[in-house]
Formats: sequence, C-alpha cells, structure tokens
Amino acid sequence: MTERLAIETHDLTKKYDGTTVVDHLNLHVRENDVFGLLGPNGAGKTTTILMLLGLTEPSSGSAQVLGFNPTREPLKVKRLVGYLPEKVGFYENLTPRENLMFIADLNSLDYAEAHKRTDEVLTMVGLADKRDMPVSKFSRGMKQRLGIADVLIKKPKLVFLDEPTSGLDPEGINRLLDLIANLPKMGTTVILSSHQLHQVQRVCQNVGILSKGKMVIQGPIAKLGREALAGGRYSIAVETVSPTPQLIDVIRGIKGVISVEVQDNILLITTDSDLRSEIAKAIVQNNFLLVQMKIQEFSLDDIYMKYFRES
Amino acid sequence: MAAILRKELADYFTSIRFIIFFLLALFASAVGLFAASQGIRTANLPEGFVFLGLFTTPGKVIPSLVALLSLLVPLIGIALGFDAINSERTGNTLSRILSQPVYRDSVINGKFLAGVVTLTVMIGTVLLLVSGFGLAMIGVPPTAEEIIRLFIFLVLTIIYGAFWMGLAMLFSVVLRRIASSLLTCLGTWLFFSIFILLIAPAIANAITPISTGSEAEVVRNVELQKTILRFSPNTLFSEATTGLLLPMVAGSLGIITMSQATYLIPNPLGFGQSLLLVWPHLTSLISLSAICFAVSYVTFMRQEIRAI
Repeated sequence: MTERLAIETHDLTKKYDGTTVVDHLNLHVRENDVFGLLGPNGAGKTTTILMLLGLTEPSSGSAQVLGFNPTREPLKVKRLVGYLPEKVGFYENLTPRENLMFIADLNSLDYAEAHKRTDEVLTMVGLADKRDMPVSKFSRGMKQRLGIADVLIKKPKLVFLDEPTSGLDPEGINRLLDLIANLPKMGTTVILSSHQLHQVQRVCQNVGILSKGKMVIQGPIAKLGREALAGGRYSIAVETVSPTPQLIDVIRGIKGVISVEVQDNILLITTDSDLRSEIAKAIVQNNFLLVQMKIQEFSLDDIYMKYFRES
Repeated sequence: MAAILRKELADYFTSIRFIIFFLLALFASAVGLFAASQGIRTANLPEGFVFLGLFTTPGKVIPSLVALLSLLVPLIGIALGFDAINSERTGNTLSRILSQPVYRDSVINGKFLAGVVTLTVMIGTVLLLVSGFGLAMIGVPPTAEEIIRLFIFLVLTIIYGAFWMGLAMLFSVVLRRIASSLLTCLGTWLFFSIFILLIAPAIANAITPISTGSEAEVVRNVELQKTILRFSPNTLFSEATTGLLLPMVAGSLGIITMSQATYLIPNPLGFGQSLLLVWPHLTSLISLSAICFAVSYVTFMRQEIRAI
C-alpha cells in the first residue's frame, strides 16, 4: 500500500480497574482522510483518543500516530496533533487572543508567528471581532469555535475533534463542517467523534463504529451501507412512463441485474454492481421516457442502528 | 515550562486575590512599623541589634511585624496554591493544556515556581519597605550581621510560605472541589496554629503526669509539650524567627530553671550559634515543603487523565 497511514493501532487495549474499556482495537486511518469515530456512550472513543495522544497509557497493544509511538514519544506526537476535548474550557479571565497566545507559547511558536497565527485562526472560526472580549462573556457555541481555533493554531497534521458541533447554531455547524471538510486539503487528517450521524456522513469518507471497546466495522460509508443493509447489493429506482413487460424483460436481461419490481411507473431494480448507465441506455433505446433514476443511498443512521439493534 | 511559569505569574499578579493579599502585606508592614515606633524606645535592645528591633518589637497593643507575618504568610501560601490544579480541572482547561507538547510535570513545577516567585516578591517587599521606612524612623543603620540575619529570615519566611503553598497544592491535586481543598487547607492551618497549643499540654499531662511536682517530672512534661508543638510548622517558624531575630531571647529556647536563670548573663547569641540553633528548624521546614511538593507531584503524575 502506497498510501501512508496517519494512525495505525495493533490490538490496543485499555483496562481501568479490571473493566476493559478498549479491547484489542485495530484502527487504520489514512493520511488526509476525514474519519468518523462512532459508537454509543462509553464505547471507548475518548479513551482511544487519549491513548493515541499519549495522555494515558495502553494496558497492552501498540499504536503509531504519524510514525511515532504516543506512549514513548508523547511530545513528538503532541507537537503534530491537535485535540479538541468534548468539554472544552478556557481561562475565563483572559481574552481569546491571550488564551491562544498561551497555547502558541506552549507550542514554542515565536511571538510574531504566534500573533499572526492567532489572528488567522480566529478569523477562520469567525471570532476575529471578539478577540479582545474576555472569554467569560462567551456563549457555549463561541467557546466551541474558540476550541477549534485553539486546535488549529499549531498547524496540526492530525486533529481529534470530540463532538465539535455541540452547542453551535445551524449556521455555525455548517461553517464548521465546511472547515472540517477542507482540512485534508491543508494536509490535516481529521478524526471526528460525534453522535450527530448526519453531520458525520456529510464530511467523513470513512467511518469506524466502536462498541464496548471493539471495532464493529470500519470502511467507506457507501460500502458499509450496502454490506449492512442490502446484502452487498445496489438498489436502483427508475421512474419512467407506463413501462411494458417487454421493457422489464430487457432490463432483466442486463448482465448483473438480479431482480426488477414494478410499482406503477417506478421500477425497483436490484443489481450486484452500479449498472445505472446500462439501465438508462436500455430504457432510452427502447423508446421509453426516463423521468428520473436514483441509486439508493445508505444513511449512516440506518447503518448505525442496524449494528446496535443486533448487539 | 517557561511558558507555564510566565502565564502563572501573569495570572497571579493580575488576580484580585494577589492584590488583596498584597494590600494586606502592605498594611501589615505599616502596622509593624507603628508597633516598633511605639515600643522600640523601651525595648532595651542590645547594641548592634537595634535594627532587628524594627521587626520584632510589639507595640502597646499591636503585635510585632514578625508576629503579623507568621499569621499572614501561611494564608498567602494557601491562597496561592489551594486551587492550582483543581481549578484547571473544573474549568476543563487541564486536558487542553496536557494535549500540548509539554511534560506533565512542567504544569505543576511551573505553578509551584510561580508561587515561590510571588511569595518572594511579597515578603521581599514587606521586609524592604520596613527596612527603608524604619531606617528613616530610628536612624540606626543595620550592621552586617543584622543584614545576614534578615536575609536568612527572608529565606525562612519564603520556605514557610512555600510549605503552606505546597500543602495547598497537594489538596488541590487530591480533592476535586475547590471549596473542599480550601476548607481542608484552612482547617489544617487552624489545627497547627491554635488547636495544637491546646492539645499539646493535654497529651503531655496524660503521658507524663506531674504528681509529685518534682523538677524531673516538670522538665519531662515541658519537654514533651515542646516536642509535640514542634510537629507544627508554625512552632518551627516562630522558634526559628526567635533564634534569628531575637538573639537576646534565643538562648532561652530550651528549658531554663529559675535557679539557672539567676546565673544567666543577658548577652546576645552569636550569629554562628543562632544559626546552629535554628538549623534543625530550617531543615525541617525545607523537608516538609519538599515532602508536600513531592507527594502532590507524584499524585498528579500518576492520575489517569480520564479522571482529570
């Protein structure tokens, strides 16, 4: 494999007082990916993140983050990695700028550079006009945005965002999701841990679902959906005008089509690969009207619920 | 660590808490000077130790500067340390700081060091202010020995403050709630400054009762009382202060019977002897501070982040 992995864990395990919180986890995240880490409360998402940051030691197993072992070289990892905790807090007596300057100072940025970066990231999250107002006057959502700025100030190669959209208004959520989706272009890999599945679906290409410390599934959302909900098959809905049995026979004859169901003007076609162009061609060549065609998309909600109904 | 030290210092110096205690310290200097101005003429100080009298002479009703400091310094120490770690925890800033490229011990080291610097500034200011105004008031310059004694007193006071700060920090690491760590600190301080004075005689009387009233019995009883009292850092501090700044009285830190007292020549203790006398007190205070800091350091390092 030529693509580099930002995160690679091997049987990562963490036990607190006898209970296993993370259980032989094997997680692979490619560089410049937006990866959704999902799972119910207490599934071990935060503990996994803490282990990957070197903030807590694994009981067994190993991890590589950007080529470093977070347990042995925590500083090297933390220099490159940003972490937005679920409950983010700031020094209330200081202004956003002072809070960020302190973080820049901890990352040994020199004063001029820190000043420049502070203004940049505050503009990025839309807080540039509030930079000299004490944080104690901030709303929950503003603090959350400041948290994002705080993570980005060191130009991280990898960020862990734990529920980054909580407390934000719909417009803020949209802006944040756009920002997150753009991070890979700037060379930043994103691990997004959230319960807002439709938000995860909007920005993540790949997801992994954790349950009781184990990885239940991981992979691209579309693939997971087909495997989980449609037995690995594609489902295509075609709307046409008064279809005849001959047309249905023609479609059935296309290689790869498994079944065709007719509901008035809508044909529900099950296939084992994406045959949309072949089907469209067949309909048009037989002089039928093709009103619209839709391939079934799998919502992350459905995938998620299916796994947790089973377990 | 430099970044944390800088930030903590900036925090301390701009906090209302610091300003209040700084004003209190200034007030204490003024009161101490006033007390000295009332009492220093009648204090009958030996030649060469008049300047020290500025710090140790009580007024008619007001206590001396040293007595005021021994009350104020523990409180300053507690104020500097009682919420050092748990405020970061309740404010959810700790995990954010620890996910930056800093060693975990830099956080606690930086805070402790910033506290020591703040203490030094406060106590140094008080001593210098009193020296300056006192010099103008009495017109007797300090001798070299007095300056050395005062310097050691400064170090002693900083260590004493650092002990209370270390203890307060320990509570701030162990206890999650700011209110509980503050109350525990104040409780401990109250115990060592007042309750132990009431308890020591009771324990001594229980273990070595004075039944016949013989000299040996009384001596044993009093020695035991003193030993118990010396468990209190407050006693250590006040005895060391006496040894350093009151060379006339310093000789009587041990037990002197009435018959011995008649032969006692009122003569100040030499500097070397004074130092020898307070050496155990100094080392005890240093080790107490070190123990407090070490325990909080280890506890903090071993705490799981999840719990933080």
